[in-house]
Amino acid sequence: MSQIETFYEVMRRQGITRRSFLKYCSLTAAALGLGPTFVPQIANAMETKPRTPVLWLHGLECTCCSESFIRSAHPLVKDVVLSMISLDYDDTLMASAGHQAEAILEETIQKYKGEYILAVEGNPPLNEDGMFCIIGGKPFLDQLKHAAKDAKAIIAWGSCASWGCVQAARPNPTQAVPIHKVIKDKPIIKVPGCPPIAEVMTGVITYMLTFGKVPELDRQGRPKMFYGQRIHDKCYRRPHFDAGQFVEQWDDEGARKGYCLYKVGCKGPTSYNACSTIRWNEGVSFPIQAGHGCIGCSEDGFWDKGSFYDRLTNIPQFGIEKNADEIGTAVAGGVGAAIAAHAAVSAIKRMTTSDDKTEAKQEEHS
Amino acid sequence: MLPLFARMEKIMSDQTIETSADHVPASDVSASTEHGPEKVRRQTAVYVYEAPLRLWHWVTVLCIIVLSVTGYFIGAPLPTQPGEAIDNYLMGYIRFAHFAAGYIVGIAFLGRIYWAIVGNHHSRELFLVPIFRASWWAGVIHELRWYFFLEKTPKKYIGHNPLGQAAMFFMFVLGMIFMIITGFALYGEGAGAGSWADTVFGWVIPLFGQSQDVHTWHHLGMWLIIVFVMTHVYVAVREDIMSRQSLISTMVGGWRMFKDDKPD
Ligand code: HEM
Ligand code: HEM
Ligand code: SF4
Ligand code: SF4
Repeated sequence: MSQIETFYEVMRRQGITRRSFLKYCSLTAAALGLGPTFVPQIANAMETKPRTPVLWLHGLECTCCSESFIRSAHPLVKDVVLSMISLDYDDTLMASAGHQAEAILEETIQKYKGEYILAVEGNPPLNEDGMFCIIGGKPFLDQLKHAAKDAKAIIAWGSCASWGCVQAARPNPTQAVPIHKVIKDKPIIKVPGCPPIAEVMTGVITYMLTFGKVPELDRQGRPKMFYGQRIHDKCYRRPHFDAGQFVEQWDDEGARKGYCLYKVGCKGPTSYNACSTIRWNEGVSFPIQAGHGCIGCSEDGFWDKGSFYDRLTNIPQFGIEKNADEIGTAVAGGVGAAIAAHAAVSAIKRMTTSDDKTEAKQEEHS
Repeated sequence: MLPLFARMEKIMSDQTIETSADHVPASDVSASTEHGPEKVRRQTAVYVYEAPLRLWHWVTVLCIIVLSVTGYFIGAPLPTQPGEAIDNYLMGYIRFAHFAAGYIVGIAFLGRIYWAIVGNHHSRELFLVPIFRASWWAGVIHELRWYFFLEKTPKKYIGHNPLGQAAMFFMFVLGMIFMIITGFALYGEGAGAGSWADTVFGWVIPLFGQSQDVHTWHHLGMWLIIVFVMTHVYVAVREDIMSRQSLISTMVGGWRMFKDDKPD
């Protein structure tokens, strides 16, 4: 038997029954969008494969990703996954602290060189040599680079690690950057959201642990199974959008009837996430269901795209922030006025230089 | 007086445009010279815009109108429809019209590029702006002066006038390429990952940052096209009246009629 325990062994040691274990396998298969035929495959993988160690680092962040993660719908999922990964290193959740904790980190890196998964929550600030985020006496940037060097793959938790999020919003005084700006040589799985949905997080990590590979990613490095569609594509208010029935004001009849929130700035049409299918808090609800538009928290730079209540980005280059239509009508109006003036002058010119005169002149020339 | 054909020759050499077999000159000059000298209006004509090009122009005109109106209402939808959702499909129809017109304008644009390759000399003017030719720049300056009322007499042009050509290329051609690329990138988002539009144009979304930015730029692009159309239509009508050649009927029937036979 290998010296590293299998997932199954870890679970049993955690006091999980075989029945619960199988239930977990089918739940996982469902969450990943795999058919029931995959259940034995998952179970088998978990029984035979040595457990993949996970290191969980925290940079500049608000820890909302961890908060979300520990609230995963099925308690089993979080217990299992969490116990599996917190065994190694997560400075927020693990029991050890101080030098002991840093020693564990080092030990894991050495012991599982090239084998472990690195999960990063938050991101590194680059300004002042990274001094805006110090972990264990050193800049987080150093810890991140060090841990990334021997990782098999890297998960970027949340919008911070994936895109930069609030700490990277203009004017970004600490020069916080998403992790793909500093780690270029490893596969990075982006799991954006502020925070990402708990089931999405456990789903991604379980997929990687069981199948030992990176899930299929889209162009921007997000797992296709959770980020393949926009909120708008699966929104239950979509029939009202197609019908042209909108909430015009927050307290109008349409709001009470649950019409589409497009006109009050819903960013569902431009946001890739699984909220409209998986929803939040054990599938209880999600922002749109609660009557508020999507603010696009899983999209790149969502803090810098103007108001949360505008569908389109404001254009700050025009002095006062203006939207596309204001600029467009102003320019088109200006051009229209210029055309009218030009037409008027042209008409006057034409009247003052009479046709007869010009023709007579032309005759003279020929 | 110069014989008719020599005159045609002169007009064409002034324009430095090669004559080819399909430029059949026509004239009603002989008919009108019989009457009094004040009434004399000699007309010469050249066949400039071939049928596919003219068809393309008017199909594009229709599509752009549909795209701009529906596009505007996609961005700022009409007031809420009364009744049940199942009885209404307003946004659905508006979006369908937008996408249908988008497909037509896109395919027609490809057809126009093809025609620039196989069509006559004038079919290439839209895409090939001779910015390295001094005489072309002189033409631009002349046209600018003409529009600022600094020139008394306009020049004659067989094809596009240089200023118009510049606007057509820099505002319309580049603007349309931009609108078609961003439009199909947005279309690919709705059609879904793996659809042809996503496969071909999906790279556009991350290039702009995210989907919202593409929406914003696509929306701004509409105003660029609208500004082009406004000036274009105004100038077409104005020049039809004020210049020395026909404009609108040329885009309808293909023949450029000159109102006088004076050299430039
Ligand atoms: C002159 C050409 C065009 C104009 C003026 C135009 C105009 C517009 C405008 C104003 C919008 C609304 C943007 C917003 O506020 O979100 C829009 C959206 C859109 N356009 Fe165009 N468009 C043009 C060409 C195209 C083409 C060629 C396509 C390709 C099929 C296209 C596909 C789309 C799509 C998919 C949307 C998003 C619809 C939605 O979010 O529901 N457009 N267009
Ligand atoms: C959406 C509206 C329109 C667009 C996008 C548009 C675009 C264009 C383009 C691209 C050309 C160049 C043709 C080529 O070289 O292949 C052109 C030429 C022309 N268009 Fe339009 N057009 C529009 C509307 C109109 C309208 C309404 C009129 C009539 C009043 C008009 C009259 C003309 C004329 C007369 C020419 C030929 C100009 C010349 O001979 O130099 N256009 N147009
Ligand atoms: S509420 Fe938002 S996501 Fe839902 S249909 Fe309307 S615009 Fe789309
Ligand atoms: S609905 Fe939109 S803003 Fe809300 S959590 Fe989902 S992606 Fe983020």
